[in-house]
Amino acid sequence: MADVLSRREAPGRRLPPGVRLRIGHEAATAWIFLTPTLILMALFTVIPAVIALTLSFTDIGLRDLRDPFSVDFAGLDSFAAVLANTDFQRALLNTLLFVLVGVPLTIVIGLVLAVALNTGIRRLRPVYRTAIYVPVVANIVAASVIWKYALGYQGPINEALTHIGIPAPNWLGDPQWAVTAVIMLTLWRNIGTAMVLFLAGLQAVPEDVMEAAALDGAGSWGRFWHVTLPLLRPTTLMVSVLITVMYMNIFEEPYLLTGGGPLGSTRSLSLWIYEQFGYGKIAASMAGSFVLLALVALVSITQFRLLRPKH
Amino acid sequence: MSVSRIRPLIVHVILIAVSALMLIPFLLVVFGAFKTQGEFTRDPGAWLPASFLNLDNFVMLFQRGFGGYLLNSVIVSVMVVLANLLFSSLAGYALAKLRFRGARLVFGIVISAMMVPIVAIFVPQFLVAVQLHLVDTLVGIAAPMMVMPIAVFIVRQFASSIPEELMEAARLDGASELRIFWQIFLPLLGPALATVSVMTFLYSWNAFIWPLVIAQSQNTYTLPIGLSIAASSNNTTLFGVMLAGAVVVLLPVLILFLLLQRYFVQGITATGMK
Repeated sequence: MADVLSRREAPGRRLPPGVRLRIGHEAATAWIFLTPTLILMALFTVIPAVIALTLSFTDIGLRDLRDPFSVDFAGLDSFAAVLANTDFQRALLNTLLFVLVGVPLTIVIGLVLAVALNTGIRRLRPVYRTAIYVPVVANIVAASVIWKYALGYQGPINEALTHIGIPAPNWLGDPQWAVTAVIMLTLWRNIGTAMVLFLAGLQAVPEDVMEAAALDGAGSWGRFWHVTLPLLRPTTLMVSVLITVMYMNIFEEPYLLTGGGPLGSTRSLSLWIYEQFGYGKIAASMAGSFVLLALVALVSITQFRLLRPKH
Repeated sequence: MSVSRIRPLIVHVILIAVSALMLIPFLLVVFGAFKTQGEFTRDPGAWLPASFLNLDNFVMLFQRGFGGYLLNSVIVSVMVVLANLLFSSLAGYALAKLRFRGARLVFGIVISAMMVPIVAIFVPQFLVAVQLHLVDTLVGIAAPMMVMPIAVFIVRQFASSIPEELMEAARLDGASELRIFWQIFLPLLGPALATVSVMTFLYSWNAFIWPLVIAQSQNTYTLPIGLSIAASSNNTTLFGVMLAGAVVVLLPVLILFLLLQRYFVQGITATGMK
C-alpha cells in the first residue's frame, strides 16, 4: 500500500524520540476511535457479504438458520437450479425492462429539469426544486398506499382521465399497465435525485466558457451539446451509475404497489430473492443475491469505462 | 427578440406542469385522509373530502396500535442518529486528522460498503442478528444503521478542510487526543453533523427492507412496517385509515425537509447517495 499517509510516517526513524512516540500514540488513538465503526461494519456489512458469497455454494435451508455450521457444500447446484427457474428468468427480464425504460427516462427528464432550472429563473427556482425533489424524501410505504388508492380502477386518477376524455386503464390489474405504474412510481421517486445532481453539475460550469462559446457564434443548442454536455461528463457518469444501480435493485415499488403481480409481470430480481427467503429457500435466495451483486458490479464497471473522461 | 421572451415562458410552463404532477399524490393523501368510509364507497373517484374536520381516520389509526409504531419509529431513529453522530465523528476524525498505517484501507472499506445493496445481504445480516439475539428487538432494527458509511464519508470529507494547525497547537500544549477531539474538533464539525443528522434520520425513518425482515411482532413494528402490514391485510376496505397512516409517516420528514432543505441537498450532492 503505497499511500501518502504511510509515506509521511516512514521517516519517523529520523524524528526526535518524543515525536516518534507521539506518532505511535496517534495510531493507537486512531484505531480506538475507529473501533465502533469497524465492529459494526464488520458485523453488518463485511461478514454478511462474505457469508452471502459462501452460502450460495451450500444447501442451506430454513432449519439451518440457528445453526449455520450444519450446512453442506453443494457447489454450483444452487446456481444451476436458480438459473433454470422460470420465475427467476422472468424476474431477471422484468428487472432488465425496468432498467432499460426507467434509467434513460430518469436521466433525460432529470437533466431537462436541471437545465430548465438553471436558466435565469432566480426567484421561483427554490419553489420548483422543492416541489420536484420532495417525492425523494417521501416514505415509500406511504407513497405506495397513496398510489394504490390513486390508481384504483375507479380511483381519482382514472376519474380525472375520464373527465378529460382519456380511456381509464386498469393500472394495477393489467400486467402491462402494472409495469407502467411501477415505472411511474420509480420515476416520481428518482427524478428529483437526478435533477439535483445535474443542477449541481451545471452550476459548476464556468460562465466564461459559455460566454466564449457564445462569442464564437454558438447557438444555445450548440453550446449545450458541445460545451455543457462534455463538461457534465463526470456528473452524468455518477448519475447514471447511481440510477442504474437503484433500478437493478428495485424492490419496494413492486413489493408494495403490485406485490410483483399481476401474473409475475412486475416481480423484480430483488423481490424474487426476498420471496425465496420468505419460503425458507435460503440457498436459492443467496444464489439470487450473488447473481444480482455480480450484475451490479459488472454494470457499474462497464459504465465507468464507457463514460470516463476521454484523453 | 420574440424568442428570448417566449423561451422563459416555455420553461415556466414545463416546470409548473412537472411540479404539479409531482405534488398530486400529496394532495390526494391530504384529501383522502379526511374522507369517511362512506365517501370512498359512494364515489371512489372524488378528489375532495366532504369536510376537512373529520378526524375519525386518525382516531381509528391510533386505536389500531399506530401510537406504538410511532414510538418505535422515534426510538429507532433517535438511536440511529445519535450513534451515527458519535461513531462517524470519531471515525471521520481518525481518517482525516490522524496518521496511521491502514488509513487508506479503512477508507476504502467505507467507500465499498456504500455500494453494497441491502437486498443482496439482508439474509446473512439476519443470520448475524439471530446469533446476537437481536431478532424482534428495537436495537436489532437500529444496529445495522448505526454506522452508515455515508455519515463517515461526510464527516471525513468535511474534516479534511479543517486546518491542521489548530490541532497541532493543542498537541504541542500537551492536550490529550480525546480532549483535542472533544474541545477543538467537534465544535468545528457543526455543518457536517447537521448533514449527518438529517441524512441518517431520513434513512432510518424511511428504512423498510431490514425492519420488515427483523421486526416480527407488533411490539417492534416501526411505522412503515405497521402501515404496510395494515395496508396489505385490508386492501380496499379502509382507505381512509391507511391514508391517515400515510400522512403520519410522511409528515415528520416533510416538515424537516422544508425547514432544513439545505442539508438534505448538501448530503445528496456531497456523496451522490440517497
